[in-house]
Amino acid sequence: MTQIKAKTKNLKNFSTSTERFEGSNLLCPGCAHSIIVREVLNATDDNLILAASTGCLEVCTAVYPHTSWDASWIHIGFENGSSAVAGAEAMHKALKKKGRLKQPERTPKFVAFGGDGATYDIGFQWISGCFERGHDMMYVCLDNEVYANTGGQRSSSTPIGASATTSPAGRTSYGEKRNKKDIMAIMAAHGAPYVAQVAPNKWKDMVKKIQTGFATEGPVFINAMSACTTEWKFAPEDTIAISDLATESLVFPLYEIIDGTELNITYRPKNVIPVRDYLGAQGRFKHLFSKQYEYLIDEWQSRVDAKWEYLQRREEARV
Amino acid sequence: MADIFELKDIEVWDGNMAASHALRQAQVDVVAAYPITPSTPIVENYGNFMANGYVDGEYVMAESEHGAMSCCIGAAAAGGRVATATSSQGFALMLETLYSASGMRLPILLNVVNRAIAAPLNVNGDHSDMYMGRDSGWIQIDCYNPQEVYDMNLVAFHVAEDHDIRLPAMVHQDGFMTSHTAQRVKTLSDEQAYNFVGEFKPMNDMLDLDNPVTHGAQTEEDWHFEHKAPQHHALMSAVLPKIQAAFDELKSLTGREYNFVEEYNMDDAELAIVCMGTSVETAIEVSNELREQGVKAGVVGIRVFRPFPLEQIADALKNTKAIATLDRSSPNGTVGMLYNEITGALFNTSTNTVVNNYIYGLGGRDLTKVNLHTVYRDLAKNAQNGKLMTPLQQFIGLRGPKLSFF
Repeated sequence: MTQIKAKTKNLKNFSTSTERFEGSNLLCPGCAHSIIVREVLNATDDNLILAASTGCLEVCTAVYPHTSWDASWIHIGFENGSSAVAGAEAMHKALKKKGRLKQPERTPKFVAFGGDGATYDIGFQWISGCFERGHDMMYVCLDNEVYANTGGQRSSSTPIGASATTSPAGRTSYGEKRNKKDIMAIMAAHGAPYVAQVAPNKWKDMVKKIQTGFATEGPVFINAMSACTTEWKFAPEDTIAISDLATESLVFPLYEIIDGTELNITYRPKNVIPVRDYLGAQGRFKHLFSKQYEYLIDEWQSRVDAKWEYLQRREEARV
Repeated sequence: MADIFELKDIEVWDGNMAASHALRQAQVDVVAAYPITPSTPIVENYGNFMANGYVDGEYVMAESEHGAMSCCIGAAAAGGRVATATSSQGFALMLETLYSASGMRLPILLNVVNRAIAAPLNVNGDHSDMYMGRDSGWIQIDCYNPQEVYDMNLVAFHVAEDHDIRLPAMVHQDGFMTSHTAQRVKTLSDEQAYNFVGEFKPMNDMLDLDNPVTHGAQTEEDWHFEHKAPQHHALMSAVLPKIQAAFDELKSLTGREYNFVEEYNMDDAELAIVCMGTSVETAIEVSNELREQGVKAGVVGIRVFRPFPLEQIADALKNTKAIATLDRSSPNGTVGMLYNEITGALFNTSTNTVVNNYIYGLGGRDLTKVNLHTVYRDLAKNAQNGKLMTPLQQFIGLRGPKLSFF
């Protein structure tokens, strides 16, 4: 088991952790990516081998001759962050067997970051391959529900009713027509030993899950909600407030799935707020509040309710 | 360390087996692979070696060729010896990552068993995939038989991993014609081969936990040029001398001599066929037959395709009167790739030779000696008249109406 860090009692303490993700980067003000990445990296004192798929995080943190990463880091392409880390993990195993590791007493953690485009869509095959082969790695999806790096096109994570540049809302369209892909169920179905959904505002829950993930042998999938000020259209200072709306309205429920079956809900809001409040706080859903499309808000609510019901029944059933 | 494999001095191996044994002897740390005909036996054999304890690295059976090369890149950046194999569609799927491997200056060995590219789907040998890789920044070495596949694999590791080079390398062989044809192969002992390849020395490796590195950063107009130009410079200036040194070392070890450009009957040749792969051996036979008839016919085989040995090619062809370049890929809208390369190499020389272009052997179509006798007859006509008397571009052995251009 990985040593659980002592310094995670309160946020002030946690914020003094050794930084492997430096403060200087080119991410938008208010971007949740940097918050999530820091929460992931600070959850362990172990050495890290990191990969990033092409996306906001990648293009904003390693622009030559600068790098925001004080840990080994690699980027190949949009789709293969998972395979890059899997290759490094395989090399670590090989060199360990052959007695050629420089610091054999230290075992680094292998982590890949990708956006929802790199995860739900273009990179899905590679992630699936890595999980099927059982590499000892963590894959973190920075799920901002849109191709933010290329200017806000819809991905298969974009939720119904959101206006994106390739699924814009207009006189005859309410925007994205499809429901968001259930990546959690898909990854759990791989039989992955640990799959969890996290949000940066619930940092303690997140750190606990990341530490569980690091302590788990085999491929671990983390889906991290990453509120996007630019494409969700809210003020940069409201990132955590918007994240709170997502978790309190259960639009983004926090739970984990162990060994592909056992489901645990890890956060139950005391007062569940209406989905309407979450949608209303973001420019991408503004059009839903017109007479023409208001029925979609009710549909949203019933879909969120149904999902929450499903998660609770799954948790009870322990299967 | 893995067990020693008992090899005879001479084994009967096909090209794939020769490649597998070279990987085994180099004690590759990570092989990441995805099977594709006709390269599949390379990784199958390797899997057998692993199952029997003759190799002790890691063997990642990826979900695709793109995934395999992505794993190879991650593994190489982590700091160890890496190899894989592919062909055709698999090569095409890898292509994006090939540029990443060379751009990050990661030594990876890729055995490419050359095969046609669809459509129409075809599993047999031609050079479409080899030519597709020409701008990817990899070293490309071509082989005509299993012996060469074995030797060139060892050479490729030796060159690619050198800290002055740090570039990935492809070793090419013709699908089925070389890959599945067993021939006598003179072997090195496991120890000799490993010593020739040399121990892997990591550089900027991600697994050096005290010295974190960033691989694959982003550069825009302010730096991209400064990265691509030195990469090209290393290919153009450092690689050939290093390959020559490896060839010299291999010669002193085995007596087998290799050159960037293999010349046969070229000392006083007036007519020359320039080609690659197994067609070189066919051309040599025809040239020998013509020599008996007093025809000054020679053959130039390209051994090192990237970096392209411009000077050696110009030198080999300087006294010719007529040249035929043989291209084993569909030119799709222009003259053949090799024709472009060869005429480019000759253009600024004083050579006053006539060059024409033959497309042959697509999708595994045989190239016969009769075909090449015809080519040399064309060359004689061109040489005699000092200008093209035959079409600039012709197809060899194509059924139906004769197609030629210009």
